Amino acid sequence: MDIVVDNLSHHYGQTEVLDGINFELKGGEIVCIIGPSGCGKSTLLRFIGGLEQPSAGRVLIAGAPPADSLNPLTYIFQDFALLPWRTVEGNVSLVLEDHGIKGAKADAVIDDVLRRTKLSDFRKALPRQLSGGMKQRVAIARALSVNPAVMLMDEPLSALDSQTRELLLDDLIELWTRERFSACYVTHNLAEAVRLGHKIIVLSRRPGRIRQIVRIDMPLEERVDRLAELEETQRHLWNLMRDEARAADMELSDVA
Amino acid sequence: MSLETVNTVHATSLQQETIVPPADARPVPFRGGGFRVRKFRLISPIVFIVLIGLWELGSQTGFISSIALPAPSEAFSAFQDLVRTGMLWTHLSASLYRLSVGWIFGSALGVAVGLMIGLFSLSRAGLLPIVSALFPIPKIALLPLFIVWFGIGEGSKVATILFGTFFPTVIATYGGVDNVDRNLIRMGQSFGLSWLSIVRKIIIPGALPAILSGFRISASIAIVLLVAAEMIGAQHGIGAYILMAGALFATDQLIAGVAMLSVLGLTVGWLIGKAEQYFLDWRT
Repeated sequence: MDIVVDNLSHHYGQTEVLDGINFELKGGEIVCIIGPSGCGKSTLLRFIGGLEQPSAGRVLIAGAPPADSLNPLTYIFQDFALLPWRTVEGNVSLVLEDHGIKGAKADAVIDDVLRRTKLSDFRKALPRQLSGGMKQRVAIARALSVNPAVMLMDEPLSALDSQTRELLLDDLIELWTRERFSACYVTHNLAEAVRLGHKIIVLSRRPGRIRQIVRIDMPLEERVDRLAELEETQRHLWNLMRDEARAADMELSDVA
Repeated sequence: MSLETVNTVHATSLQQETIVPPADARPVPFRGGGFRVRKFRLISPIVFIVLIGLWELGSQTGFISSIALPAPSEAFSAFQDLVRTGMLWTHLSASLYRLSVGWIFGSALGVAVGLMIGLFSLSRAGLLPIVSALFPIPKIALLPLFIVWFGIGEGSKVATILFGTFFPTVIATYGGVDNVDRNLIRMGQSFGLSWLSIVRKIIIPGALPAILSGFRISASIAIVLLVAAEMIGAQHGIGAYILMAGALFATDQLIAGVAMLSVLGLTVGWLIGKAEQYFLDWRT
C-alpha cells in the first residue's frame, strides 16, 4: 500500500501553513519529514492520517492494505497518548475491543506485541510506573497490535532523554529490519532522520514548502557503523535548514 | 594541581581519587528543608480531645456560663437521651432518606446534563446559560415555591437538596469533560474507535477526578440544605431536632444535633475519599 500526497495546501484563516506539497510513500519505506519548528510537519501528518482536512489538494491511498490490517494508518504520538487508568495490556486491548477482538484472541495478540517490544514482564503495570522510553514502547506495541500498513510517527522520540532515545532508535531499526513496515516519521532531529529515513523531505519555514528531497540508499542496519558517512548528509541537511531555523526562532507565533 | 585527574584521551583508570581537604575547609552550610507537609497521625485526635477537655473544664469550674455554652458532657447526655428514647434512629433515618434520595438524583441528573453540555455544542449553547443563571440562586429562597409545587411533605425537602446538588455537579462534570486531554481523544479517533467507545473509555474516565471532587462539594451542600429544608414543616430529622432545641433554648440538644451533622459530614467525606482511592488509583 502506497500513499500519495497530491498538491496539498492548507491555511488556518489568513495564515498559510502548507503550500503545494507533493510526495510519495512506498510500501516498506520510511520517509522522514524535517523542518524548522512551526513549519507544519505535524499538521501534514494529521492530513495523512485523516485526522484533519487540508484546504486544497488530497492525500491518496494506492493499493489495498493487507487483509489482516485492522487500522491501516496508525499513529505514534510524541506524548505517547496512553490512557493513565489502563494497564499496559489494557492500553493495547483498548484498540482491539472495537474490532471485536476480546478474550483469548486478544490475549494472544497482546502477548505477541508485548514480546516484540520486550514488554512481556510489564503487562499489568500502569503508565505512571513506566519510564518515558517504556511508555513509548507500549505505544509502539499498541500500534503493532492493529497490523498497520503505514505508521505515522509524530516526533516519537522527542519527549525522551538522549540515552533512551538512542536505545529506542536501535529498537525501531531492529523492528524495521524484521518487519519492513512503512512509516512517515516527523522529527526535528536530523540525526534521527539520517539514521531512519530512506527518503528525507526537508520543509521550509511557514508556509511549509518542500525544499529538497534527500534519498539515502545506505541500508538501515548498516548505518550505525557508518555514522561518519551519514555525518556528511546530516551537515548538508543542516545547511539547508540553518537560516530557516534561525528565522523561525525569531518569529512570533500566533497559530498553534 | 596536586590532585590526580584522569586523562580521557589516553585513559588511565583510577579506582578512587585520594583527596586531602585543605585545613580551612568547612562543610557547605545547610539551607534546604522546611516548606514540606509532614504527617502527624496523632495530632488531630489530641487537638480534639484537648479542646473538648478544656471546654469541659471551663464549664465545670464555671468559667464558661452554662447559658452561653453547655458543657460537652451535657450535650453528650442529651445525645444519650436520644439513643435511649429511640428518637435518634427516627431523626437520623428521616434525614438520611432525604439526603440520599436528593443527592443521588441530583448528582445523577447533574452528571447526565454535564456530559451533554460537555459533549454536544448545541446543548452547551442551550443549557449552559440556564445553568449559569440558576446556579447562584440560593435554593432555600425557593423553598416556598417547592412547597407549592411538591407539597409540604418529603417532596419539597428532597427537591431542595436535588436542585442544590444538581448545579455544582453539572459544572464539575462539564469542566472535567473539557479538561480531558485532547490528544487522548485524537488517539482514539486515530485507531478508529467508535464515538461511544471514546466517550465510555476515554472521556468519562478522564472526567472522573473532576466529577468526584464535584461530589465532595455537592455532598456538603446537601447537608447544609437538608437542615434548611427540615426547618420548615418537618416533624423528624436532625434539622427539625436542632430547630426544636433552638426554639426551647435547649442548647445541650442543639450542640448534640450540630455534632451529629458534623459527624455526618465527616462520614460522607470519608466515603468519597474511599471512592477516590478506589476509582483513581491510577493517579500518582
